[in-house]
Amino acid sequence: MEKFLTVNAEKCTGCRLCEQVCSVVHEGVSNPAKSRIQIVKWEDEGRYIPMICQQCEDAPCKNVCPVGAISRDKDFGFLMVNQEVCIGCRSCVNICPFGAMNYNRTTHQVFKCDLCGGNPQCVRFCDVKAVDFVSADAVPARKKRESALRQSEAKGQPAGAQGHH
Amino acid sequence: MALDRKIAYIDLTTGKVETKPIPLEVRKKFVGGRGLDAYLLYNHAPKGCDPLGPENPLIVSGGLLTATCASATSRTHIMAKSPLTNLLGSCNMGGFFSPEMAWAGFHHLVITGKADKPVYLWIHNGEIEIRDASHLWGKTCTETQWAIREDHGDEEIKSMVIGAAGENLVTYACVMTGIKNSGGRSGMGCVMGSKNLKAVACRGDMDIKLAHPVDALEHNKTFIEQITSAKVNQTQGTLGTPFIWGATNCWGGVRTRNFQYNQMLYADEIEPEAIDDIATETMGPHHMAGCFGCQVHCRAKYKIKTGPLAGKYDEGPEYTSLGAFGSEPDCKKAETVLSANHLVDQYGVDNLEIGSIISWAMELYELGILTDKETDGLELKFGNDAALIEMIHQICNRSSWLGNVLADGGIPASEAIGKNSFDYLIQVKGMNNLHSDERATPGLALNIATASRGSDHLRSRPAIDLYHLPEKVLRKIYSSPIPYDGPLSSEHTDYVGKPWQVFWQENCYMAVDSLGICKYHTLFLGATLPNFEDWPEVIYYNTGLEFTPEELWAAAERCNNLERLFNLREGLTRNDPYKGDTLNHRYFDEPCRRGAPDVVGRTIDREKFSIMIDEFYGHHGWDKEGVPTPETMARLGLDQEPSHLL
Repeated sequence: MEKFLTVNAEKCTGCRLCEQVCSVVHEGVSNPAKSRIQIVKWEDEGRYIPMICQQCEDAPCKNVCPVGAISRDKDFGFLMVNQEVCIGCRSCVNICPFGAMNYNRTTHQVFKCDLCGGNPQCVRFCDVKAVDFVSADAVPARKKRESALRQSEAKGQPAGAQGHH
Repeated sequence: MALDRKIAYIDLTTGKVETKPIPLEVRKKFVGGRGLDAYLLYNHAPKGCDPLGPENPLIVSGGLLTATCASATSRTHIMAKSPLTNLLGSCNMGGFFSPEMAWAGFHHLVITGKADKPVYLWIHNGEIEIRDASHLWGKTCTETQWAIREDHGDEEIKSMVIGAAGENLVTYACVMTGIKNSGGRSGMGCVMGSKNLKAVACRGDMDIKLAHPVDALEHNKTFIEQITSAKVNQTQGTLGTPFIWGATNCWGGVRTRNFQYNQMLYADEIEPEAIDDIATETMGPHHMAGCFGCQVHCRAKYKIKTGPLAGKYDEGPEYTSLGAFGSEPDCKKAETVLSANHLVDQYGVDNLEIGSIISWAMELYELGILTDKETDGLELKFGNDAALIEMIHQICNRSSWLGNVLADGGIPASEAIGKNSFDYLIQVKGMNNLHSDERATPGLALNIATASRGSDHLRSRPAIDLYHLPEKVLRKIYSSPIPYDGPLSSEHTDYVGKPWQVFWQENCYMAVDSLGICKYHTLFLGATLPNFEDWPEVIYYNTGLEFTPEELWAAAERCNNLERLFNLREGLTRNDPYKGDTLNHRYFDEPCRRGAPDVVGRTIDREKFSIMIDEFYGHHGWDKEGVPTPETMARLGLDQEPSHLL
């Protein structure tokens, strides 16, 4: 079954351990600039959002690549960059709507999430499961249930009294 | 490599910046973080220097493991001579500052001199610039950080800053980073203010190469499991530190009405569960935040619900704020605690010190030592929430006679107020105590009396003493890494064995502070959490540096002795009520009036306390006056200090 990385942003504590783990796994160094996952923060609102590659079906990065360096893994469905073919034009960096295609200023190459080959380490280290690796069909079921709960709570209370943002 | 991070010397008077590598022999002797800061302070601060003078070095650091793949290496340490105590000044904060400083290339900064106008340091990938901060002066702590980000167009810049309290030289002004992470104690923000240094801003993307990345990562996974499996950390991760205040209050270990009671009654609105309800209501069920790389996530997010600051976002309140703005002044409203917490975060002032000093003033007012004349008509009584808030403003802005006097710190204020006001000041070495009441726990009393930065629970507190662990367990913990076969007692009211526990914890906390790790990741509140036996592997995998547990212990002991040497050089003597290893007389003379049966009626016994101090000095290899003997200096390799290796 095809799994994907899902984000449950409200659970994120903003600790950025995922960024560090990602850079250690892929580069052997601690450096969030080289992480495939990034936490975007609005600190004065306490809002922390993990941003990751969505491994799009109709992927702009793949479509825009002039030399066909981006392809899809057959087993796990993630998009990958063939560094031998990549010419470093950064078209994919520019077009990705999620900002998930990154650029390494040391090697002058683009890099992106490869789901750690099917065992994403950000998920393994995220204790609160703000990022999770689940089968695609499990997500709508969970979201339905959360939404149903919110609706039933809303019906039980006057409008605007609900405190959960 | 973590080991290739540099030290920078910045002279704000001349504008000169010099950077140097940190030699391995220095790492082996003083590790990093607070330990190496102590070495730098002892070597760079001229004897008797004015804490607010240009020669007082302000030292900023990350630990040896900062931003490596060890867990919770978020801590920033700052050291200088303290304007509050005129002794060792030292503070430690979480957040994201020191990792960013490490990615920008630096582990230690030694900042001397004084800029002729407000400036901030801009540290970026190995470069350090002194920049104009005229436009930042007068801004709050949060505004300052956001303005720096705007200047550079980069939302990821991490800064440590001062607010109005630091600008106005309140002697217990703190350093802030993020919304609420504070280098709180001993007035390091005041030292920044004296140098016209508004902020230090960092941004970097320099690799920290790990010596053994796969091992470091896998070991971190097991470490995290060890840390998150501790019940105390699970509770911290849901209720935050307020749970400690709640637990100790119901037992009878919380200062109330300055020092009149040891338990706050009718505290329903500020009990940890009530505070947690407010966080849930205003921020949702997932309202806990973590510092860098930490899975304990003990920091709650909240919005103030009512009052003039309604709608304001902040984080915490930590248990220190519940004590400082709840039990000590006996203010019972959640709105007061949450609002005061927000104000001190924006003014950049130590919540412990300001709450304690206002509570002291409240007692003086009720006793008639302070009158309406000195308070300008403000009814400064216990339980007057509005007066508490008003005094925070007056102190941070130095906007009234009393505010100005209290802004100088407890001892100078007691001299200005006169009469017998000093007798009521709950301080050690000029620093006011945390809200905890140690009359029923001699071990904890010894800890605050001997802590190197003045009254302090985070220097050597054997907090697990309250758990009544079997003696067998205590022996396992406290006889490693160096053997100990003296007495140990599971009973918290005992005096025997406590000096060893305090000595052991002192070395343990020095080690974590030098590694740059949070204390919730060591043997502080949880008996199963990592300590000396666990760290050598982490250090090796991440940095390649080899330490045995015994070597790490020796380094910690060496650094603690450097702090002692600094204090002795600056005038500490054993029995000095202002600068000594002493307690306020009320610890000995006034029995606890409330609490559990093992608390009520207790005082600290003067004679037994003195014997504890003797034993504590003995474990250190200090003489009866608390001075390291020549043998101790030689054993720790300190006989050539100051050695000016850096």
